Amino acid sequence: MSSTITQAPAEIPAKREISTKPRLSDRVFRGVVTSGGLSSLVILGLILIFLLFNGYSTLKSQGLHFLTSSNWQAAVNDAGQFDAKNSHFGIAAMLIGTMIVAVIAVIIGVPISVGAAIYLTFYAPAFVKRVMVSAIDLMAAFPSVLFGLWGFFVLESSGEYWAKLINKFFSWIPIFQLPAPYVNRSPFIAGLVLAVMIIPIVTSISREIFSQTPLDRIQAAYALGGTRFAMLRAVAFPYARSGIVGGIMLGLGRAMGETVAVYTVLNIVYQVNWHILFSAGGNVASMILLKFGDASPYEIKALMAAGLVLFILTLIVNSLANLIVARTGKSGR
Amino acid sequence: MSSLEKVATPQPRKPWAPTPIDQAKTAGIVAASTLISLLLILVSPLSGKLAFVVLFSIAYLIIDFAVSYAKAGRSAAVDSLFRGLVTTAILIAVTPIVSILFTVWIRGHKGLHWTLFTKDMHNNAFTDPVNQGGLLHAIIGTFLLVIFAMIISVPIGILTALYLTEVRGRFTRPIEFLVQAMSGVPSIVAGLFIYAAILIPFTKTVNGIQGSLALAILMIPTVARTSQEVLKLIPSDLREAGVALGGTQWRSVALVVVPAARSGLITAMILGVARVAGETAPILLLTGGSGTKNFNVFSGSLGSLPNYIWQAFGAGTPESITRAWAGILVLLVIVVILFTAARILGNRKVGKK
Repeated sequence: MSSTITQAPAEIPAKREISTKPRLSDRVFRGVVTSGGLSSLVILGLILIFLLFNGYSTLKSQGLHFLTSSNWQAAVNDAGQFDAKNSHFGIAAMLIGTMIVAVIAVIIGVPISVGAAIYLTFYAPAFVKRVMVSAIDLMAAFPSVLFGLWGFFVLESSGEYWAKLINKFFSWIPIFQLPAPYVNRSPFIAGLVLAVMIIPIVTSISREIFSQTPLDRIQAAYALGGTRFAMLRAVAFPYARSGIVGGIMLGLGRAMGETVAVYTVLNIVYQVNWHILFSAGGNVASMILLKFGDASPYEIKALMAAGLVLFILTLIVNSLANLIVARTGKSGR
Repeated sequence: MSSLEKVATPQPRKPWAPTPIDQAKTAGIVAASTLISLLLILVSPLSGKLAFVVLFSIAYLIIDFAVSYAKAGRSAAVDSLFRGLVTTAILIAVTPIVSILFTVWIRGHKGLHWTLFTKDMHNNAFTDPVNQGGLLHAIIGTFLLVIFAMIISVPIGILTALYLTEVRGRFTRPIEFLVQAMSGVPSIVAGLFIYAAILIPFTKTVNGIQGSLALAILMIPTVARTSQEVLKLIPSDLREAGVALGGTQWRSVALVVVPAARSGLITAMILGVARVAGETAPILLLTGGSGTKNFNVFSGSLGSLPNYIWQAFGAGTPESITRAWAGILVLLVIVVILFTAARILGNRKVGKK
């Protein structure tokens, strides 16, 4: 016993230096990964810079009229050159058109999406759920040109029929009036196509949020004898509300930036049109595509400015949406 | 022993499951609503399949509400009404998918010919009969565009995801935010950006790589977010084990985390490809739409499926529109195959070898 105490260790190992300094390989690794991670910042910044750089001259010469006027005219003088003085670029009509079409899409698409998400989360049997979720996720991957052609050839005819019905019964509401009897290729039908396009996005976000509803609260509601609807009203809706609002705004952002489908379905007319059933409208993205084909270098600068406005607009809507969605998971009652 | 075996295992009872009487009632409600809506269509000016569906849903909801009300009072009735409403919602949400798939097949299969996959359009117009010319050039073009977009965006996307899950430096929150903001960039804006940044100052003409760059911008957020989700699922035990064995972070990420997440990262890649394969707007601005095979993305106009569909649709004759639908059918088949592959890979258990 005593011997073990008195016996000193033969050698005391030298005190190791403990350092938290990462090795070279780790520093390189972190450097590479961080620079990769910062790419999104760089790309968004570059988009802003390049569109601003190209659109600046237009924005400067047009000033606020670029946002408030609805006159788009690339004038050419007698020598065949671009005439900056007599040219007018204003995208008000297309901005309003963008909002109209996107809002129609949200009004039609959101109740369907949220209802579908509720069904999938709280009602659907496992098998039905698996099939439906796959189908809706697949729809999110459909190319927009497909929605455009489908809208043009298939939805158009039903859409016209519904538009006529709405006009027949609700024409006392100003926006459902028709200045002329043309209901084809209207903002209403474009809105319907966009509604179909945002259904998968809004459904999958809502479903994700509803599925995070705390199980103990759901079970508490059932234990108190609540019906499923009572549970939804008392537990799931309050929990998911802000997240759903975020999902709706993501859908809105997507609908605002859509190009090809709107271009295909909508009759793009460069004027402010509040009559949503009437065959005239447009949005900024489809207008850019429409004018791009035969635009002079100067008009392209104006289109770049329009792209800048669209970019900033969608960035704001998406950022707000993401902030709202991100807050849902943490708060809750 | 034998007496024990004879005791029947008690079957779990499900008092909430519909009894035969409940099922009969449901059948009765369906029959009654069908009858009522048919009668209404016969006697009223309403007509057509759509009217029937609408009337049927309304009739069903009302009768169901009344039956539940009689059986169990107001809250049960509201409950069944709500169930009816959300069921209607999911049916409406799925209808377009069915309609789209059906339409694409009905209209597209008429344009399918073997020459579609063996010939290009260099000496045919879109208005020619559908059995002349093909879209080999477009398939090659789309393939090249997507491959180059992948080469650019997959490393960036996965590095972003690694930054968000492994390094977690001080930019984690802002980058997460920016990646989500980036996923909302309209495709036409991505196209305009590349046009302004590369086409105007440098190339001054259309070529394939510009299209790939624009597609890469649209693909990065998808790849980054899906990879991030996958990497989050890797248990931190694995990382800690790697570090505890004396590995640096680099080695534990490269030799443990990434291999464990491999199938998930491939899923992310495939979903990114599915997202951009049919992207049309930037392609129209940047790549041109040659009808001849072009294997060089760095020079010359490059035809692609979206461009082919767009031009064929724009040509406007019955032949060209059949071509457009055939093109869409091919594109859709590619998207569905990619999507199914992603699903199968993604459903595998993460971390399993």
